[in-house]
Amino acid sequence: MAIKLFDSRGTPLERQKFTWRELTPKPLSKLDDDAFTRVRVILMNGIEQQANRFQHMCGQFNRDLRLPLAEIRRVEHHQQTMVNWLLGADHSPLETTIGYEQVAIEVTAAVAQQEPNEYLAQTYRFGMLEDFDHLYRYSALLDRVEGKDANNILQSYTDIIPGRPTSIEHRAPQDDLRDHYDHKTAEPISKMNALTIYSGEYQTRDYYMNIGPTFSDPIARALYAEIASIEEQHVTQYGSIIDPNETWLEKWLLSEANEVYTYYSCVQSEKNSRLKAIWERFLDYELGHLNIVTELFKKYEGRDPAEVLPESLPDPIAFESQREFVRKILSQEVDLRAHGTQYVHESEEGAESQEYREQLNSTGSPTDAIGANYRWHPGTELARQTA
Amino acid sequence: MEQTAQLGANKTGIDMSPIDSKEMLEASENFFIKPEASVAYQIDQFFREGVEPLGSVPLPGTVKGVLKSALKIATGRHPEVLINKLGERLAYERTGVRIYEHLITKCINSTPDKMTEMKIPVERLTEFRNQESQHFHLLIKSIKSLGADPTAQTPDADASGVASAGFIKVIADPRTSVSQSLQAMLAVELADKAAWELLIRLAEDMGLSEMATDFKQALHQEDTHLVQVKEWYEQSIRSQAGVSVSPN
Repeated sequence: MAIKLFDSRGTPLERQKFTWRELTPKPLSKLDDDAFTRVRVILMNGIEQQANRFQHMCGQFNRDLRLPLAEIRRVEHHQQTMVNWLLGADHSPLETTIGYEQVAIEVTAAVAQQEPNEYLAQTYRFGMLEDFDHLYRYSALLDRVEGKDANNILQSYTDIIPGRPTSIEHRAPQDDLRDHYDHKTAEPISKMNALTIYSGEYQTRDYYMNIGPTFSDPIARALYAEIASIEEQHVTQYGSIIDPNETWLEKWLLSEANEVYTYYSCVQSEKNSRLKAIWERFLDYELGHLNIVTELFKKYEGRDPAEVLPESLPDPIAFESQREFVRKILSQEVDLRAHGTQYVHESEEGAESQEYREQLNSTGSPTDAIGANYRWHPGTELARQTA
Repeated sequence: MEQTAQLGANKTGIDMSPIDSKEMLEASENFFIKPEASVAYQIDQFFREGVEPLGSVPLPGTVKGVLKSALKIATGRHPEVLINKLGERLAYERTGVRIYEHLITKCINSTPDKMTEMKIPVERLTEFRNQESQHFHLLIKSIKSLGADPTAQTPDADASGVASAGFIKVIADPRTSVSQSLQAMLAVELADKAAWELLIRLAEDMGLSEMATDFKQALHQEDTHLVQVKEWYEQSIRSQAGVSVSPN
């Protein structure tokens, strides 16, 4: 199914309607659905959350756009509701966290491989190795605090081993900024990749900030505080690869196109027919949104949307285990650090990040604490000890 | 038939993906761990230093309250312990009413695949629900008789509410079966029975014999709830396993 962005008008906005019954669909099965079904649900919640966030900010700066923003945003909000309510209540917040990190690893690794710009690909690889370590730390927490096996969520798609240790991921703000792509010359896929990963990391940051205080265990509370801080760094990092010279309408256009692209990617890979129908429905909704924003772009900017968007969508995001790629990057790039906007060997890291990190970790690092001597084993580390 | 234990495509275990699981295990067994045994303890200690409690037992709201006879009888002991536990019981019974309402809704509305083979009589569940409500009102009266405030949330009420949050979550979930809900209900009733037994002892310790007598009546009803819920639960599981059981 090739989607022609300018030929496919999608569902007209006036026909994008919901009932409460539709907005609270039956959840996916934590036990029986494929882990990548959950990965898609979590990712698309993040995409919709970012659409909502962006459109609110856009309204703060553009009076003339407020009505169309409000109309489209209401639908986006309800799309997010339907997507996020697909997560079942039998997921503990920590189990959902494992799902979030699986998204951060598998989707970022897939995006890193399809990214044509080497600097941006390097940026995704750099961040991915950090989220990879978060998964290891949270898996230790799930095992040691709740007595559960993270692989019940991961379904053996994603390794549970250390990445770049979280305790050394703490950097001074100037070392989290990156060079941005040039909106005039960058490939459309580069812009979409940046929006996808930015959205995913932003929702992860917000999720950890919301659920962190709900834990009673002292190490769990501290662990969420520490990893949320890295997610904030990641939002800074991925936000800074996006060109600030894009106009508000250009950004809105790209945002809608990326929603089309990500729903299209979900449609291409989903095995659960009930969820696939939701992805298809929302793909058509997003094409409807894109169509409206395309007209606004022409009206207010007098520009051809083809300057910004490709004629047809790029290949879909590969929702599948990236184990071999992740292992290769781990073996080659775990010792990289950021110095300014560049990636350097750890021996060349700047003093500011080292000082910042030493101060933050001076009373101990919760991620070091929970991960001490941790080695994942099927059925938890207790099963390993009795094996 | 109840489908709680139906065979299917559960993907959580390693046997569902033997090749991937072998890869995972190899990776996990082969990375190098730096020994850092003492770090976890240090962090844990840091958060346990100078820790503050959940909160306090509220003081009786009025001087008149303090002078009330029931509390005067308890003078010389620590009546705040009793107030704390009465507040806990009140909150638990109040939540108990809601938990039974969830179970009644489930028994009335569940699709056949969520129902046990044996019929759980809704009128019996309603009777239990009403008794939980009576216990709640008994506790309001008891707390007032001590001059204390039955609308306050005491520290043990708070902790107990956190502890039972999972039971509500299971029973309120439309996806869980009647037997899964009965299992949660069994845990609720087991804890409830033990709590009433303690409360009776505590009231007697404080010299509050009238209160203790009222509580014994409540305990008698809770005993019935426990026996019945346990029986329903066992029968529902055994009937799913293919054993012919006759409901009592």
